Amino acid sequence: MEYQNIFTRVQVHALHEGVPLPTSDWWGRDGKPFAVYWFGKFGDAQVGPFYLGSLGLMSILCFFIAFEIIGLNMLASVNWDPIQFVRQLPWLALEPPAPEYGLSIPPLNKGGWWLMAGFFLTLSILLWWLRMYRRARSMGLGTHVAWAFASAIWLYLVLGFIRPVLMGNWGEAVPFGIFPHLDWTAAFSIRYGNLFYNPFHMLSIVFLYGSTLLFAMHAATILAVSRFGGEREIEQIVDRGTASERAALFWRWTKGFNATMESIHRWAWWFAVLCPLAGGIGILLSGTVVDNWYLWAVKHHVAPMYPAVSPIVDPALLQGVSK
Amino acid sequence: MRSFAPFVSIAGSILIGGLITGCWERPPIASDQRGYRGTAMVEWQNPRELPAKLAANAAPEIAEPVPEGGPAASTIYKNVPVLGQLGVGEFTRTMVAMTNWVAPKEGCLYCHKEGEDFAADTLYTKIVARKMLQMTQAINSDNAQHVGVTGVTCYTCHRGQHIPQNVWFTAAPAKTATRMVGGDGKQNQPAMATALASLPVDGLTPYLSQAMEIRTASTTALPMSGEKRNRQDIKQTESTYSLMVHLSEGLGVNCTFCHNTQSFSSWQGSTPQRVTAWHGIRMTRSLNNVFMEPLVPVFPAERKGPTGDVAKVNCATCHQGANKPLLGAQMAKHYPAMSKAPVPAQPAEKVAVAPVVAAAAATTGSKVKK
Repeated sequence: MEYQNIFTRVQVHALHEGVPLPTSDWWGRDGKPFAVYWFGKFGDAQVGPFYLGSLGLMSILCFFIAFEIIGLNMLASVNWDPIQFVRQLPWLALEPPAPEYGLSIPPLNKGGWWLMAGFFLTLSILLWWLRMYRRARSMGLGTHVAWAFASAIWLYLVLGFIRPVLMGNWGEAVPFGIFPHLDWTAAFSIRYGNLFYNPFHMLSIVFLYGSTLLFAMHAATILAVSRFGGEREIEQIVDRGTASERAALFWRWTKGFNATMESIHRWAWWFAVLCPLAGGIGILLSGTVVDNWYLWAVKHHVAPMYPAVSPIVDPALLQGVSK
Repeated sequence: MRSFAPFVSIAGSILIGGLITGCWERPPIASDQRGYRGTAMVEWQNPRELPAKLAANAAPEIAEPVPEGGPAASTIYKNVPVLGQLGVGEFTRTMVAMTNWVAPKEGCLYCHKEGEDFAADTLYTKIVARKMLQMTQAINSDNAQHVGVTGVTCYTCHRGQHIPQNVWFTAAPAKTATRMVGGDGKQNQPAMATALASLPVDGLTPYLSQAMEIRTASTTALPMSGEKRNRQDIKQTESTYSLMVHLSEGLGVNCTFCHNTQSFSSWQGSTPQRVTAWHGIRMTRSLNNVFMEPLVPVFPAERKGPTGDVAKVNCATCHQGANKPLLGAQMAKHYPAMSKAPVPAQPAEKVAVAPVVAAAAATTGSKVKK
């Protein structure tokens, strides 16, 4: 029952160098490949060769600058105490400027560092995207990975750049920090009247949960037919074979309809890509086009109306003060 | 490798199981539905914690009543500006009760200096006690929308201690705030005040001392332009969130005690308790500004906070983790001195302490169970 195991059972130990590089890449690839037994337990045993390149180098440099700015600001906020830094790390943050600074460049300790960290992190991500695109192209691959990554970058840019610019202040952006960005998310939802009534947020959740479902269904299907050679998915796109036939019949039996060896990957790609794509649209519309999603949902008969617990009115209306 | 798998699985299960059991309370947990079905408006109560909660919030026995009438206290004693109208018997009864509530160990000498006339205002504690009496009277007489007919006494907050267990000061600005790097020190640190979230640590000063706008969500579906535009931002919302965490922790209730989380801002889906809380926030702010702040020159330095401010009142000062202080025990009506317009004392009776769940249920008003 070798194939019925949660761990990878097969390790290939012959190291491979891969395809020849185009001459235009002056940096080339680095290091001699080697095999790690434990890596082979969950992935390919082979490590390297690693391609750094000028884009990769610049991206890593920019990421390092952003990482240092964020980390040192967090360290400064606990008075340079390394022990407190470790203990409080989940709470620490580098906050964006206060809203009153608008889109201007504030003093460093009033959000200037945040702007700088954001600039270098964004640069790093965009350079990394370009690197992925060019590596794929240089090997003659499609650019699907780069465009899927671009979808995540879209959400990142909406949250930290596009929406704050449209709103007119950097204070609308997300802080860098583990708990702080989560609390920011909760506050964002409350300020904009409950994000769950945002239809693009709904779609994003559909694609998020849908992705995990598709991932589980696909992985389980292929593992289940691996005894018939089911991992040879690419060949089976055109030459189905018994593994593919059985997998397809299984799903037709159980749900009446099935993906093909090709289309399942298109389903998965689109589900994954649409998750941040729809989410980014939802964030972009909050505060710019819709200011209270609950009231918007009431207006369009999306939100259910519950009977009042007991008839009450806003006391501020009775007293003429809201504070 | 095969021999490793069961070991890894078992070790993993023990680790995860241990993590989970460390963070949860075992069933059964009592639930009390407080809103329309499907809205998750439920209050939870661990029945095993109930005895401790009852004991911690038990009201003391009512002092033996004294015969009505008698000469006014002001005709017998000098320097009794607040309680002078009281009959001398009731006046003495009040003094004894206050001593038991606030300084049971030191007795009269906590406020009246040994060897001096009772009329002397030598000790700062006496000045504070007088102000606190006026504050209690203001709470009971001017804030029925929050305290109802239950009212408060000194004991509601003090519980036998000189300083109520739950008071607050404005924190000193963080040291790093003026440096080139470093946060503003106002949030992003582990604090019990925010239930270990990274929300602004001081959710009290802006609202219970100052009068910053609490509401941040818009009242219109679409953004308005010009003057009507809602300029409340996300940081402001985090601050409001921090205040709301305090309300929740101070009263030992969930968000859904007041809100239908479908829309935190909508009053239509809220419970009547939200109205009570609304008045409570205004009351607390006024107590801090009208009664506590003027005591800044009276208190000695060691009683003051890091910025030289006076100890202030918040929701937890009275509530102490119960949605009704002392679980709704009606003490105040037995002590005419606790209200502005003295009324004759009613016969003493043992204050019945209802179980917390019953007390919580009693506050619901009309329950919606469909």
